[in-house]
Amino acid sequence: MYHADVVINLKKGVADPEGVNTKKALELLGFDVKEVKSAKIFRIILDAKSKNDAKKTTEEMCRKLLANPVIHDYTLRIMVK
Amino acid sequence: MEKNIVGDDGMKTSDIKVCILRIEGTNCEQEMYYSFKRLGAKPELVHLKQLIKNKNLFDYQCFMIPGGFSTGDYVRAGAIFAALIKSRLSKEIKKFVEEGCPVGGICNGFQVLVELGLLPGFDKKMNVEAVLTINDSNRFECRPTLLRNENNGNSVFTSKIKKNRILMIPSAHAEGKFLFQKDREEKYLQKLIDNDQIVFRYVNEDGEYAGYPWNPNGSFYNIAGICNPEGNVFGMMPHPERVFYRYQHPDWTRTNLKTLDGDGKIVFESLLEYIRRRF
Repeated sequence: MYHADVVINLKKGVADPEGVNTKKALELLGFDVKEVKSAKIFRIILDAKSKNDAKKTTEEMCRKLLANPVIHDYTLRIMVK
Repeated sequence: MEKNIVGDDGMKTSDIKVCILRIEGTNCEQEMYYSFKRLGAKPELVHLKQLIKNKNLFDYQCFMIPGGFSTGDYVRAGAIFAALIKSRLSKEIKKFVEEGCPVGGICNGFQVLVELGLLPGFDKKMNVEAVLTINDSNRFECRPTLLRNENNGNSVFTSKIKKNRILMIPSAHAEGKFLFQKDREEKYLQKLIDNDQIVFRYVNEDGEYAGYPWNPNGSFYNIAGICNPEGNVFGMMPHPERVFYRYQHPDWTRTNLKTLDGDGKIVFESLLEYIRRRF
């Protein structure tokens, strides 16, 4: 069994209203914040023949649903459980 | 496509069957249903599961995806709905579009069509070329918006609207900011213009392109609605079905009620006229 952590980030240069507003709120609470970037994490638990297979399947998931190539980048971390 | 056009009275309005697709979380499908019904057509609310199991898309002349928050807008607005359609109905929809049948998406429906790769539809392979992402304000924006019709006649959903006419159609969305990939922005915009794919753009009271709040989401080039290069697939963020009657406009008591027609009605009229001519 594998745990795949998929982090969906916004590409460089894409506006991040969630990040900007979170920064504002943190500053109102008195924190000194340089920048906040929002991202989304999915933990996907799957069976696969090998770590490489798990990676390939997860990449396909990103292409087909989890990320929109127009604005998103993704990073993967595959763990054996 | 040409050979099937049989003149103005090709098909009776009362014979036009419209498929309005439902799934968990769609809304305004009832308003859309009544917009078609009040104009004399035969709309039908069809759940995605019904369309997959026991209905045939080709029994309908038009396919509409309503607004709402399909499947809770998880992952991204419209992404799961689009993935479900793609997995089960991809071939049918592709053929439906290729045959020139009209496909429309309002609000969440627009997001679904973009996620499906049917809009802007530069290549015919249903690749995702654009996105409708989170509003600049990071909020749900719900207010009347002014749209200028910029189409030169390519879009079948707006054929009856005079060019440059400004319509008041309300917006209600949290993810409506239309964007292209940064490095392809200029190239794709030029394609939209060359193919006559831009339909509605947000303007202010004076008809000028303006920023927030006139453009509620920060959309690229003030884009509110586009069609595909052939003009038969159309998506827009604001809700024309919410202003079918003039008294649904927020200012109707302060302005002369010269007509009962709301600004959204003409979108459905244009569409039905196209279907009458086409079939």
